[in-house]
This record gives sequence, C-alpha cells and structure tokens, in this order.
Amino acid sequence: MTATLPMAAILLLAAGTYAFRLAGPLLHERLGAADRLAAPLAMATTVLLLALAATSALTEDQGFAGWSRTAGVLTAALLALRRAPFPVIVLAAAATTALLRLCGIP
Amino acid sequence: MFAEGVQAFDLTNAAMVFIVMAMSSFWRTPGRATLRDIALVCVADALVGASFGALAVSGGLPLWVPVAMSLLVFAGGAQFAAIGVALAGGAPLAAVATGLVLNARHLPFGLAVADVLSGPRWARLLGSHLMTDETVAFTLRHDDPVRRRATYWLCGLALFVVWNLSVLLGALAAHAVGDVNALGLDAAFPAVLLALVLPALADRPTRHAALLGALIAVAATPLLPPGLPVLLSLLALVPFLPRLRAPS
Repeated sequence: MTATLPMAAILLLAAGTYAFRLAGPLLHERLGAADRLAAPLAMATTVLLLALAATSALTEDQGFAGWSRTAGVLTAALLALRRAPFPVIVLAAAATTALLRLCGIP
Repeated sequence: MFAEGVQAFDLTNAAMVFIVMAMSSFWRTPGRATLRDIALVCVADALVGASFGALAVSGGLPLWVPVAMSLLVFAGGAQFAAIGVALAGGAPLAAVATGLVLNARHLPFGLAVADVLSGPRWARLLGSHLMTDETVAFTLRHDDPVRRRATYWLCGLALFVVWNLSVLLGALAAHAVGDVNALGLDAAFPAVLLALVLPALADRPTRHAALLGALIAVAATPLLPPGLPVLLSLLALVPFLPRLRAPS
C-alpha cells in the first residue's frame, strides 16, 4: 500500500492551524489592557520553544533520537553560547550529526 | 451611502499609512545584525525545507502533497509530523490530529505577538498565517513596537518565500538528494530553535521555567502522543507566575 494524504486532510490541518494562529490576536483584542500579560506570555513562548527544541533534539517516534543528533545539537548549543554566527551554528550541528552517522553511530 | 463612502476612504487610508510605515521601517529599524540573522535563519530553514520536500516524495507521496502543505499549513514541525504519520501508514485523520496538537502552541504565540498584528484587518488575517517559531522568537528579541513589527513582517514574509521554494526544490530533487538523514539535517531544526531562544534565557526566572519545561516535555514524550509533551511544558510556568504578577 502506498502512502497517501488526501487534500481534505491537508485543508483540515491548514484550517485548524490558521484558527490557532488567528485566535491569539483576536483574544488579545477582546481581553484588552493586556500589558500585564506581556511578561508571562513572553515567558510562556520561551518555555514552549525550548521544550520544542529539546524534544526535537532528543526524541523521535516517542523514543531516543540517537547520539548523532544529540551531539549535533549539543555542538550547536555550545556555539550559540559562544555567540557564533547563525550559519556556523546550523552547519556545525548538521556536520557533526552527519560525521557521526558516517562513523556508524545512529 | 455617505457613511459607506467615508468608511471606505478610512480603510484605504489606514492601509496606506500601514504600508508606508511598514516599508520605511523595514530597512530603517530591524538593524543590520537582525537583517543578517534573518537571512541566516532563511538559509538554515531552506535546508530543512528541502529535506522535507525530499523526504515526502521519496517516501512515495505525490509532489503536490508537500507543496500544498507548505503553502497552506506553513509550519515545519507539524508538516514533518503529519508526513511521518502518513508515511508510516497511519490514517489521514491521525496525521491531521498530530499536526493540530503540535500547532496549538501558535495560540499563546499569537497572544505574545498580538501587538504586531494590530492594525488593519487584512494585515491581521495575512500576518497570522506568517506566524512561525522562528518569527515569534525574533520578534520577542525586541521591545520597541516599530522594530517588533518590522522584524515580524520581514522575517515572516522572507521565511514564507524561502520555505515554499525550498520544499518545491527538495521535492523535485528527491531522487538526487538520496538519504536525508545522512546529511544530518534533522539536527538543523533544533539547532535553529536553540540559537533563537538563547537570548531570552539570560533572564533568570525565564531560564529556570524553560529548563523545567524542557525536562517535563522530554520526560513525557514516551508516554503521550506527539505534540502534547510540548504543550505540557507550560506547567513549568506555574511556580513562576505569582512572582511575575507581584511587581505590577
């Protein structure tokens, strides 16, 4: 059996995603005077982004993603702490992961 | 009749002012360093996009699937997850549900950058579609309202163009790219996110909450369906919220 993803499924995912995106600005307008929400929301965003970075660095299909990717992202983290430029960070992450995989590490 | 005319004029006028403000602030306000960083994130995401297109087509999906998804869904994480479910033989509805749970984080994102999306209605409707992890992270780096707006729009539009072009190219070159995993590109997306989020971690309570949240999400990953662990990380805010409210 070949894999499929019908157009209706893509449209459903697109519509739901757009609803999530639009809900924030609309709710913000309704709530009004939301300046005191700015700090907690900035913190919530950072929490979500780091959680996303951590799970996509370490896990795949609910299991461990393997040492190659982990080492690649760790390299990126160290370079980012040392304020390396963006392409250096990203290329170092991919290169480290690719090199380790070439050596047979999953 | 008259009222309608006035209203229409009012709207166009608002749109004009908005465009002029946005255009002039594009080049003046983001600053050279931000412009450079946005360009570099575009390069990084182009690699991720190309690998998405290649992965989908080499897995057996027709070319239009990754292309349509990238235009209409425009969320890398959810696209990879949904394609992953489909390629594993999962039901289309399971793919949709996985993608939607992952994308629920855009609701708090939208609240955090709502100031940027205020203004004419068309700007909010269009701008919302451009909301991504990268664009939100870049916007949060700035406090000045004009600079936030310019950064959001510039980064959002640039990433939309780059993402869709690179997905198309990757899908077309699927057979030439070969094994995407061998290139280590799966490490690029978390690397981009880390680099973007790092400046915000200089603040001590934010750092503690974010590290706790990451721990919760990783620990919950084996136990919960994809997408939920990241949302569960918000629990890490609980110990810090009373302290945030105190000063005001």
